[in-house]
Amino acid sequence: MSTTERPTTPPEPMTPEIVSREGNSMVLSMGPQHPSTHGVLQIMLEIEGETVVKAEPEIGYLHTGIEKSAENLFWTQAQTVIERMDYLAPESNALCYALATERLLGIEGKIPERAQTIRVLFSELTRMASHCVWLGTHGIDIGAITVFFYCFDLRENLLDLQEAAGGARMHPNYMRIGGVNGDLPQGFLDRFDALLEKFPGRMRDLRGLLQANPIFQDRTIDVGTLTPEEAVRWNVTGPALRASGIAYDVRRAFPYCGFETYEFDVPTRTEGDAYARFLVRLDEMEESYKILKQVRKRLDTPGAVMIDDPKIAAPPKETIALSMEALIHHFKIVSEGFRVPPGDAYASVESPRGELGYYIVSDGGNRPYRIRTRPPSLYNLQVLKHIAPGNLIADLVVMIGSLDPVFGEVDR
Amino acid sequence: MEVGPGHFLLAKLDDVARWAQSSSVWPLTMGLACCAIEMMTVTAPEYDIARLGSEVFRSSPRQADLMIVSGRVAQKMAPVVKRLHDQMADPKWVISMGACASSGGVFDNYAVVQGVDTIVPVDVYVPGCPPTPDGLLYAVNLIQQQIREGGRGGVLARG
Repeated sequence: MSTTERPTTPPEPMTPEIVSREGNSMVLSMGPQHPSTHGVLQIMLEIEGETVVKAEPEIGYLHTGIEKSAENLFWTQAQTVIERMDYLAPESNALCYALATERLLGIEGKIPERAQTIRVLFSELTRMASHCVWLGTHGIDIGAITVFFYCFDLRENLLDLQEAAGGARMHPNYMRIGGVNGDLPQGFLDRFDALLEKFPGRMRDLRGLLQANPIFQDRTIDVGTLTPEEAVRWNVTGPALRASGIAYDVRRAFPYCGFETYEFDVPTRTEGDAYARFLVRLDEMEESYKILKQVRKRLDTPGAVMIDDPKIAAPPKETIALSMEALIHHFKIVSEGFRVPPGDAYASVESPRGELGYYIVSDGGNRPYRIRTRPPSLYNLQVLKHIAPGNLIADLVVMIGSLDPVFGEVDR
Repeated sequence: MEVGPGHFLLAKLDDVARWAQSSSVWPLTMGLACCAIEMMTVTAPEYDIARLGSEVFRSSPRQADLMIVSGRVAQKMAPVVKRLHDQMADPKWVISMGACASSGGVFDNYAVVQGVDTIVPVDVYVPGCPPTPDGLLYAVNLIQQQIREGGRGGVLARG
């Protein structure tokens, strides 16, 4: 075996009671390694035949201690680990954290116009990319594998843009407290134009593959129905809530980054089943496309992308080699970070999964004192307990897929 | 190479078996975190792991040859990973994908296993956070190379 010097954690034996029988029913563990649980979710199922009597989601298999880790990092560094919470929409996380910190710093109104536009650009790109993964995997769960290839092809184009701007495909860490990290690179707008041109056709393909597909409809219509009252009571947000007929969207209700100046609709359905959630997400992608087209127009106007505040922003790279003061300033910002006045703040954004919130507390130091996340996936997932009983096991897979949980975010 | 009718090739059975084995390395469907998304991406058109014969992701560990530890391994998940590795039939290989699986990555804390090689023998480490799909493809190439050279998996751990 390995002879490394690292502290090892001896694996504990798993509980032997994985399958047991009580009367007519049977207890079955689904997961944590299961192809259609979208991550490491375990569901303890009590089943009678193939019908689910009771479903208990068991979470924590991806508990990473991100909130705790962030407390040991500078305010800017914490963003690195925070992006890894909801790894399908890292930019939404980073943006929400930046908004909360900016609120605490009292610089909310001072973010440059162009930075706001770029933030909107990336929060919508990441929404599309996230919905692409959701649709691809949801299709695979139901047995429609072709849609996966179309979705991931489109996602590649979206990730290419993230990579161009931030340097990494999945966790670009491009959003910063006070703006974004540098202006868009050369050639970005051409690629963005190409994406905007490609998108409508690709969207038609995606709809054509599934929307009118009778097998897909059979599997999703009237599965996992959630009434509006229940949805509100279970604190469900995002597409799952809007599919139940409640038009709550943080971008509309509590606009941030200038979302109030964009024209877009909040798609809703009234059925509340898995098929309605599917339609709402597809509509959302088209709404994102509408927003992106408006963003494209605004991107022609040049401007600053970082707040002009030497307390928070490092001096431009070009000045470092020329000015001693700039070099010292840069060194201070990098090695010590900046201090945030004591207090607490909450900010929320509309992530692809729903209302994502960050509640942060500062004790006046250069590191966060406490960060608490309101992950939409966790709240959306808990409703599974309520909608699963009475359905078939196969439908459970559809329900999990249609709620679209991301476990990095659920367990954190 | 062209082999006409009546011609034949001579080869050692071992080599033929290894060639066949290396061209059908079936990974286990075990996604953990961010890297799992990049693991899915290698099956997508742009990267297409089917060219290496590894597109068949098996859901049962009994049918899988390769375990891709894709992401951070939480303390709670570690026994499950170990158990899945135990359930895989020999010979088996392990790729530790990404910084978290290889060393704990940025999460140097109470919750994450600091390197999956503390619980299962790892054959190839892929750096990155997350690694690009190209990186994972190269790792599969390295596994194939090890197989062609007669490796049985877990070499690094034993040596």
